[in-house]
Amino acid sequence: MSNTTVKPEQGSKLSLRAGKLPKGATWMVAIGSIIVAIVLGMLMTGGFNIPLIALLAGVLNFIVLYAWSRTVEGKRKATDRVATTLVTSSFVIALIPLISLLWMTLVRGGPVILESPTVLSRTMEGMKGIYDQDYVAGEGELLGGFYHSIIGTVLITLAACIISIPIGVFTAIYLVEYAGRNTLGKAITFLVDVMTGIPSIVAGLFAFALFGTFLTLVDPGGIGSAKMGISAAVALSVLMVPIVVRNTEEILRLVPMDLREATYALGVPKWKTIVRIVLPTAISGILSGITIAIARVIGETAPIMVTAGFARNLNWDLFGGWMSTLPTFIYDSQMRPTSPGVAAAASSDRAWAAALVLIVLVMVLNLIARLLAKYLAPKGAR
Amino acid sequence: MATSAPAKSEPTAQSRPVVRIGDRVFSALTLAAGILILLTLAGVAIFLLIQSWPVIGAQTTDPEQITGGGFFKYVWPLILGTLISAVIALIVATPFALGIALFTSHMSPRRLAPFLGYTIDLLAAIPSVVYGLWGLALAGNLVPVYRWLAENLGWIPIFAPDAEGTVSQTGRTMLTASLVLAIMILPIITSLVREVFLQTPRLQEEAALALGATRWEMIRMAVLPFGASGISSAIMLGLGRALGETMAVAMILSSGAFTWSLVVTGNQTIASEIAQNFPEAAGLRLSELISIGLVLFVITLLVNMAARAIVARTTVKGN
Repeated sequence: MSNTTVKPEQGSKLSLRAGKLPKGATWMVAIGSIIVAIVLGMLMTGGFNIPLIALLAGVLNFIVLYAWSRTVEGKRKATDRVATTLVTSSFVIALIPLISLLWMTLVRGGPVILESPTVLSRTMEGMKGIYDQDYVAGEGELLGGFYHSIIGTVLITLAACIISIPIGVFTAIYLVEYAGRNTLGKAITFLVDVMTGIPSIVAGLFAFALFGTFLTLVDPGGIGSAKMGISAAVALSVLMVPIVVRNTEEILRLVPMDLREATYALGVPKWKTIVRIVLPTAISGILSGITIAIARVIGETAPIMVTAGFARNLNWDLFGGWMSTLPTFIYDSQMRPTSPGVAAAASSDRAWAAALVLIVLVMVLNLIARLLAKYLAPKGAR
Repeated sequence: MATSAPAKSEPTAQSRPVVRIGDRVFSALTLAAGILILLTLAGVAIFLLIQSWPVIGAQTTDPEQITGGGFFKYVWPLILGTLISAVIALIVATPFALGIALFTSHMSPRRLAPFLGYTIDLLAAIPSVVYGLWGLALAGNLVPVYRWLAENLGWIPIFAPDAEGTVSQTGRTMLTASLVLAIMILPIITSLVREVFLQTPRLQEEAALALGATRWEMIRMAVLPFGASGISSAIMLGLGRALGETMAVAMILSSGAFTWSLVVTGNQTIASEIAQNFPEAAGLRLSELISIGLVLFVITLLVNMAARAIVARTTVKGN
């Protein structure tokens, strides 16, 4: 392999430099293909059919690029160029749904919030289809809103945090500081992995079945009352714990052994070492991991649907009655509008407004996680 | 101190082992948290089983009580629908995931790479219900494509038109739901595959380039073979996620009886069946839905374990 001489590429005539496409050839071909595709597409359909033009441009781009590169640079370089273009375009294509989704949420939810900011402060209690019909006919303002869902989201998520953060952090401490390589540690690591893969709706069913089973022991017909905020919080905890464990574990393992050994040498007990040295060193990473976990579960719909139902009124009580969260509000508004038919647009408006609020919430949480990781990090830990 | 498992950093040569209350309490607390996780996972299986018991009873005494006339008759079409949607999502998402992972790990300008990774993470951060809302709003745009598929490729069962010779008028079909599902699992597969690609030994990559390989040849000879098992486990994990994803299907698919055709109304997945029927369910129906939830749990458990097994096998080999 090392002795085979590379055959001179076509047209290079044994010069030291093989044939090469001019700089920016890829862009030239891409722009050229788009222009030709627009012209061709207009000739074929007589209109401006974007999907067709995109398809034509793509195919054209590959053919031209390959043919040109093949004649000038040879087969291997041509394949390389085509592969590079394919990989790059897969990235660009994947961005289309992201941009489309964010744009659509902004365009459909933004005006609703700007024109009827009361959606943020009202609930759906007492809402009637006739109000929505008036609104769609342009004779009334948009009534109703998702204040109760915002409160529900905050309460349920807080309860889930209270349950899952201690369990998650303590488990991570056990895995890193105590388990070593014992069987229980391995079993927990494996099961945490398995837990990450539990479908969210199954987590919801579990919480419902758990509370349902115990409530039926008290009152044989009481399974229905298992639908309450705390069941939803337990369901979210099942989803949240593995994320917290994973993130915390990862950070704790990064804490240098020297720190622990130094404190042991000074005669500090192990638990104090963990509480006073290990955790403070890792705190930024732990908090950032927890925030990411919150951002992940705050948008969950399916587990809330089966555990907290769809409330239309404000309910502060986690231990009794249905509750609403932003995701379930979006689902309920869109799928079961207050006034079906033409005036369903009103429910849809509320759903998009709630979607915008939810996305902003999730983005802010993700941003906080990044900032925490960046600015709270211990100095010199890089 | 002897009670807590001796970690490697523990001083062993102490003259008199000191047992501190604080240590005992703290290690017991952490152990309890760990065991609680074991109990939770067992609890998922146990409580789902308890609540689906009436279905097992009904199945043995009078299967006709159950929706669809028997548990297996009821659950089979749902399992098939779940698998179909997940497999389509995988087929669509995997090439893109590989492409994006390659782009962010080996082809994009180095300075841009973290930013590009963050953009893809954004896809994962968006709540599933918003995907559902978005997919529902855009589903109608796919109708001309489905009509074309039914007219030109209708002889393939998956593109066959319905009895009236038409396709779904709303675009709320299995194919639409699966495509949205593909977008939702894309970031998970991408991030896993990207991790694997980034672990390719630098020396192997540079050796390939030094021998005159083009960048694509380097990727084909060094990066892809190294990442092969990582890719397959990432795909399995993506499959697990796709199987359990509820909202995209529950909102977009206009569900109905099982059909092989992807461009007409009909078909249903387990998760979506639960989501759509749970709010009104009571009595035996409630147990039915919980029991198919148990089936879903078992399926995803198997898929996830298979994925982990692949990972475990490779890490041993790799080191």
